[in-house]
Amino acid sequence: MEEIYAKFVSQKISKTRWRPLPPGSLQTAETFATGSWDNEENYVSLWSIGDFGNLDSDGGFEGDHQLLCDIRHHGDVMDLQFFDQERIVTASSTGCVTVFLHHPNNQTLSVNQQWTTAHYHAGPGSPSYSSAPCTGVVCNNPEIVTVGEDGRINLFRADHKEAVRTIDNADSSTLHAVTFLRTPEILTVNSIGQLKIWDFRQQGNEPSQILSLTGDRVPLHCVDRHPNQQHVVATGGQDGMLSIWDVRQGTMPVSLLKAHEAEMWEVHFHPSNPDHLFTCSEDGSLWHWDASTDVPEKSSLFHQGGRSSTFLSHSISNQANVHQSVISSWLSTDPAKDRIEITSLLPSRSLSVNSLDILGPCLVCGTDAEAIYVTRHLFS
Amino acid sequence: MEELDGEPAVTVIPGVNSKKNQMCFDWGPGEMLVCETSFSKKEKSEMVPSCPFIYIIRKDVDVYSQILRKLFNESHGIFLGLQRIDEELTGKSRKSHGRQFSSQVRGVTFVVLASLCPHQFIEVGWSLLPAGHLLLHLLDWVRLHVCEVDSLSADVLGSENPSNHDSFWNLGLGGMTSHGWSLPYTFATNPHLESLLKIMLGDEAALLEQKELLSNWYHFLVTRLLYSNPTVKPIDLHYYAQSSLDLFLGGESSPEPLDNILLAAFEFDIHQVIKECSIALSNWWFVAHLTDLLDHCKLLQSHNLYFGSNMREFLLLEYASGLFAHPSLWQLGVDYFDYCPKLGRVSLELHIERIPLNTEQKALKVLRICEQRQMTEQVRSICKILAMKAVRNNRLGSALSWSIRAKDAAFATLVSDRFLRDYCERGCFSDLDLIDNLGPAMMLSDRLTFLGKYREFHRMYGEKRFADAASLLLSLMTSGIAPRSFWMTLLTDALPLLEQKQVIFSAEQTYELMQCLEDLTSRRPVRGESDIQQLQDEDIETTKVEMLRLALARNLARAIIREGSLEGS
Repeated sequence: MEEIYAKFVSQKISKTRWRPLPPGSLQTAETFATGSWDNEENYVSLWSIGDFGNLDSDGGFEGDHQLLCDIRHHGDVMDLQFFDQERIVTASSTGCVTVFLHHPNNQTLSVNQQWTTAHYHAGPGSPSYSSAPCTGVVCNNPEIVTVGEDGRINLFRADHKEAVRTIDNADSSTLHAVTFLRTPEILTVNSIGQLKIWDFRQQGNEPSQILSLTGDRVPLHCVDRHPNQQHVVATGGQDGMLSIWDVRQGTMPVSLLKAHEAEMWEVHFHPSNPDHLFTCSEDGSLWHWDASTDVPEKSSLFHQGGRSSTFLSHSISNQANVHQSVISSWLSTDPAKDRIEITSLLPSRSLSVNSLDILGPCLVCGTDAEAIYVTRHLFS
Repeated sequence: MEELDGEPAVTVIPGVNSKKNQMCFDWGPGEMLVCETSFSKKEKSEMVPSCPFIYIIRKDVDVYSQILRKLFNESHGIFLGLQRIDEELTGKSRKSHGRQFSSQVRGVTFVVLASLCPHQFIEVGWSLLPAGHLLLHLLDWVRLHVCEVDSLSADVLGSENPSNHDSFWNLGLGGMTSHGWSLPYTFATNPHLESLLKIMLGDEAALLEQKELLSNWYHFLVTRLLYSNPTVKPIDLHYYAQSSLDLFLGGESSPEPLDNILLAAFEFDIHQVIKECSIALSNWWFVAHLTDLLDHCKLLQSHNLYFGSNMREFLLLEYASGLFAHPSLWQLGVDYFDYCPKLGRVSLELHIERIPLNTEQKALKVLRICEQRQMTEQVRSICKILAMKAVRNNRLGSALSWSIRAKDAAFATLVSDRFLRDYCERGCFSDLDLIDNLGPAMMLSDRLTFLGKYREFHRMYGEKRFADAASLLLSLMTSGIAPRSFWMTLLTDALPLLEQKQVIFSAEQTYELMQCLEDLTSRRPVRGESDIQQLQDEDIETTKVEMLRLALARNLARAIIREGSLEGS
């Protein structure tokens, strides 16, 4: 992967997300949103990497990303998701959840809806009101689920003023991230190394299932579900460890892969190519994990353009007898046959890579060195 | 104290009447707090109404500029690269790498500052470092910095009849001074033509007449050299520089700070350049990086400053401290402190504890920085603050998570006590998901282990594994990990086990339980006169003890019989 473009943007980037493409579209990704953090004034911005038709004399600016519009955001942008083509939902360190609306005709962003007291320690009614940062948000039109440092889970509906459902004290520690499993079920990860599955069809405030790490209860920071196999989930921990779980089987992870040297902030399965997984970390690196087994013989000297490549055979625990062809390559049992190739994608070590997103052949990531990296040729 | 290099600039604070009232101030890490006091400057101490505001004064506003932030970030990467390469290389190759880095930084600076005319002088200063083909460099440099000539030429050549254009001759003269052109022109007697020829022959007076076309004295200097002494050596440059400055200003105005920096640069007096830049520029970026680069090329003689570190370190420390005063750029400052061998670590220790932590994610980043540098004291102190906040917000799981991270046994004990207290008050455990899943963290503190084991006892009881539950309960007391204050609760928990149909506690175990009960009751202080509530509590206590004694006695009886019968048969 040769061309990765970096641009310094004068703000530390906490989240980057590609705008989803209309279903059935043949285009490649063109627009992405970013959120900043740790500034006196934080911004949610929209960027475009579309071809502008004006190549510089040395062709250098072909891939450069341009700012389309931005809007002030109160508090750090802790999480950001596209609700649909025009709307972006953000989670703030002030405990507020905001829906922004993009107006393409005059290229502006405006606040469409806001839940200002979504997360708090002491409630709005009490005299010692204190808000809590909202740490994660996930959307599934028309529903929005948020989690926060107050251990609370909220279920919102777009255009409904109040929360549809709130689970108070769902967790005694901080909930770091949330994802949808099957539609009425969500999965959360917390800072004592547990995955909890919640079913919104059930009335109680208890999770329907709890899975936890073996050994040290290292906090888990990110989670992503396999796009096709909804029982396969990947999590990243504070020690940089990548864990693969099968939520149907047992309460422990299926695979544990030693990865980064510091907190893993985000993990993503490639949405259309789920044998590929991407992780980014506080140690300043972004890794591409390739578990595809249908790749022709590769010599060990062949690099995919990244700085370093290592072959790693992963350790696994007991797996029930399921047909080989159905198993995701992430859960597979044969260590000799299935090896994962890991490539580091960023050209040099930088400060923490806080966020990444992939769509088709395009990847975008943002760092604490106030840079955004974009590539449009992931699999070249 | 040494003499001042120049008069300090006076900053007027709006709203504060410094003539009338005395002001008070305090220094901060990168800022100063100032406010008006009630003390008037006159003799009488009358309480005059004063300005109600406290002002924050920042010297370094550049740190907040959007464009300069890009410069700080990019140069941070280059700085780190230079330090790392330096660790690998020695000797000759250093100098060439130094030049490579110098041009890298220059490239970055140029890209970033292309739109910023007032900050040209940073680029100017940086460019003057290499002393290669001097005049060509100077020409390029003037061309870069005198934008007007280029835009004017585009104007003139675009018009229909260039030679009739007003600016044509001015352009010609300007062009001669910066490009050394010879323009195609028709030969005719013309006063302008005469001036042109005179200049070409190196006539300084003629050149000075065209002063308006020369934007500044160094433009004049270069032009002068071009036509009078094109083979000037670097060593002689400063003579021409000084005289050009004097001639150009002509006694009308005094040199500006930039002029002093350039003069020092022309003299290749590195120390003077650094000194002048330090005074003139509000941000330490330029001098810090320049000094670091020169130091790596071994071009800088280190001066030992009063407090023991050398100049490079001093400037880097100042720059990094300035970064820490910014809400966002503190992360860059960390790496700069890393490469200050004498005072870097202690400076970092002081600064990092004072970063405001409004989210857990920021706290995690700070903690990671501390852990990577083995700053265990700071890790403990930060984790303790976060754990206390969590306890106050009733987030006991988070509090425990922070204690585990800091390996803080004392705090883990505190959290466990909170859980136990909640249990006593409510009769059930809160946050079972946490207690049931402590894992190896349970070993962090005795109290935590007790909490985990106690919960295990309840689980066993729920699963009807009475024998196991019983032995566990007993071992909790006999092993000493159960706090004394909790023993009554534990013994009360034993009651249902004692009253089961089958005998659960063996005789041996019953004796031990009785021993525990005696230990507990014998140490209770004798109460004097007490109110009704206390009497009622005492009553309850006495009843409980009575019930326990009865149950234990009955169990002992049954146990002896059972054990006796088994042995007998």
